Amino acid sequence: MADTGDLLHTVTNDNLSPRRVAFGRAIMWAAAGVLALVAVVQTLHATGRFDLGFTTWRPTLYAYVFWAVAFCWGQVLTRGEQGKRVLFVLPAALFVISMVVFPLLFGLVIAFSDWNLSSPTGRKFNGVDNLVQMWGDPFYWNALRNMVWYVLAIIVEYTIAFGLALLLNSQIRARKFFRVAFLLPLMLSPVAVSWMVGKSMMEIRFGPLARLARELGWAEPSFFGSPWMAKLTIMVMDAWTFIPFMMIMILAGLQAIPKEVQEAAKVDGANGWRGFWEVTFPLMLPVTITVILIRIIFKLKLADIIINVTSGGPGGATDSVTSFIFREYRDRSNVGYGTLLAMVYLVIIVVAITLLMKISDRWMRPKY
Amino acid sequence: MAPITHTQIFHDSSTDLSHRAKWFTGRVAVYGALIIWTVICLFPIYWTITTSFKMAPDVMKGNMVPWWDYTPKWLGWKSLGLSPDTIGTESTVRDEFMKRFLNSVITSVSSSALAVVLGSLAAYGLSRFSYRFGYMRNADISFFFLSQLILPPVVLALPFLVLYKSLALLDTRIGLILLYTLTVLPIVIWIMRDQFAGIPTELEEAAMVDGLSIWGAFATIVMPISLPGMVAAFILSLVLTWNEYFFAALLTSTHANTLPVMVASQTGSQGISWWSMAALSFAAILPLIVIGVVLERYIIKGMAAGAVK
Repeated sequence: MADTGDLLHTVTNDNLSPRRVAFGRAIMWAAAGVLALVAVVQTLHATGRFDLGFTTWRPTLYAYVFWAVAFCWGQVLTRGEQGKRVLFVLPAALFVISMVVFPLLFGLVIAFSDWNLSSPTGRKFNGVDNLVQMWGDPFYWNALRNMVWYVLAIIVEYTIAFGLALLLNSQIRARKFFRVAFLLPLMLSPVAVSWMVGKSMMEIRFGPLARLARELGWAEPSFFGSPWMAKLTIMVMDAWTFIPFMMIMILAGLQAIPKEVQEAAKVDGANGWRGFWEVTFPLMLPVTITVILIRIIFKLKLADIIINVTSGGPGGATDSVTSFIFREYRDRSNVGYGTLLAMVYLVIIVVAITLLMKISDRWMRPKY
Repeated sequence: MAPITHTQIFHDSSTDLSHRAKWFTGRVAVYGALIIWTVICLFPIYWTITTSFKMAPDVMKGNMVPWWDYTPKWLGWKSLGLSPDTIGTESTVRDEFMKRFLNSVITSVSSSALAVVLGSLAAYGLSRFSYRFGYMRNADISFFFLSQLILPPVVLALPFLVLYKSLALLDTRIGLILLYTLTVLPIVIWIMRDQFAGIPTELEEAAMVDGLSIWGAFATIVMPISLPGMVAAFILSLVLTWNEYFFAALLTSTHANTLPVMVASQTGSQGISWWSMAALSFAAILPLIVIGVVLERYIIKGMAAGAVK
């Protein structure tokens, strides 16, 4: 991900009066003070030192928002032009930090504690007990293995998407119609798709897909009966919604290849097949890697369809990690254990994606 | 006068004819594949629409074509309170549906708007100025934003559940809006960075020479130029947030339920009353189908932004 665009270099003379700088500092510190004060008071209240009648942590939230605004304003006051530039990134950065970093740290605390929301005892620190439990939990490992299969299915999805993109890129009439039609599955909500396809079209007695399967000689079609069939069906439904996404990105890549390259290959005597494998496909490698990487990232979040169609069944054959943790919470309110599973999942993902990016980087470099 | 005999002098040689035939079969194959995939894409939608007008026997007989093998009835829409004869009367189901629909509209539109505002500003800053924040340079800051995409929602879900509970944000629209903004923000930043990189900096320099501040230049010069990109980012965020189910299912219960949660809850409870499920599903996907058909080029633009560097 290279740095984009050339930078804007301007020299501005800031003559900030000392009073303005002092005022800026003052509001930043004052707001921070207010935030600290409110937080301390609320903590004392929560630990039961004295009762101030708080029911929620809202006051701290408001104090935080107040501090964030004061901090942004203070930047402009104390740093002038530079502060105005910082102001472009600062709101988004503060937002992401407070929405991600803070909950993640909090999540780490939860992950190492025994906390069942439905039990009255509350949170108890229990060290690595959750990790030990995870190690012996066959369903979690099963879900992880399933994720590997789901991710491998991307290869097939990619092939189909590439084929469709090539079709759309060739000389055809009514291209716009086909493009819209191919795009539509992406627009549908996975929950609606689970009903439309998973529950009604694949319904064993009346569903059109079941009828079709019977016509084709499958005597008793059942799409969710055996573990592998169920897994395959989930893969197909997920592919159905996400192939358009890959297709559009590949199509954009194809259209960015100059026509002359293909023509030159043709002049040199390459037929369509060789022209594709030796010219188009290598040129598409960077796009391919981007597309597959993004698709993997989306695939790792796969849950909606599984939750709504099979809820993991039969016997956990279709479980993804996300749907498994979802049920762990829904059925058992087991926040501590669920969070630990999610954290482990995050670590695995980060390691895997980093490795993947490194490998693809190395693989790409000698060629270009 | 001798009769004019039509003898053909020039013939297509047999190799040319075979070429024609090859071209023709090629066309047939291409259009065949296109049509097959179109059917695959559109049939589930067609099936849902038609099923919402069917009655029980029609469903069981597997009738497909309205007016040909069954007569459309408003049964499914009546159960939602949206058929012509029930639209004027009181209907609790319709009220429920409208409430969920409104929740979906409010959460998805405001979170997309918030993400576009925050994301555009950040992307603009990152494409124009060099920042240093500790050891982090521009590339690191960009990576920090984009890496949020990797974060699976399940990691945030349970901590947020607990946090929101103590902040009394559970089952509120604001809570959902904040989370949705977070999930689409990296995508917006990605699209907008690409967009701003394509705008020459001379434009702002000229504007600043003419006396505008950097924010003035951004608002009056850069924003209008990059509007198509913003629309693309907005639409893409809208699609993602409208369809979001996981967070909504975990963090809402009665007040702030969105449409996907309602659809999901009906799937389990009603067994096989297909017509009302079909009507409900179709009502849930209709807004996005309209957006998809009308604003298709923005969606494609948004997705293509990331692919080609």
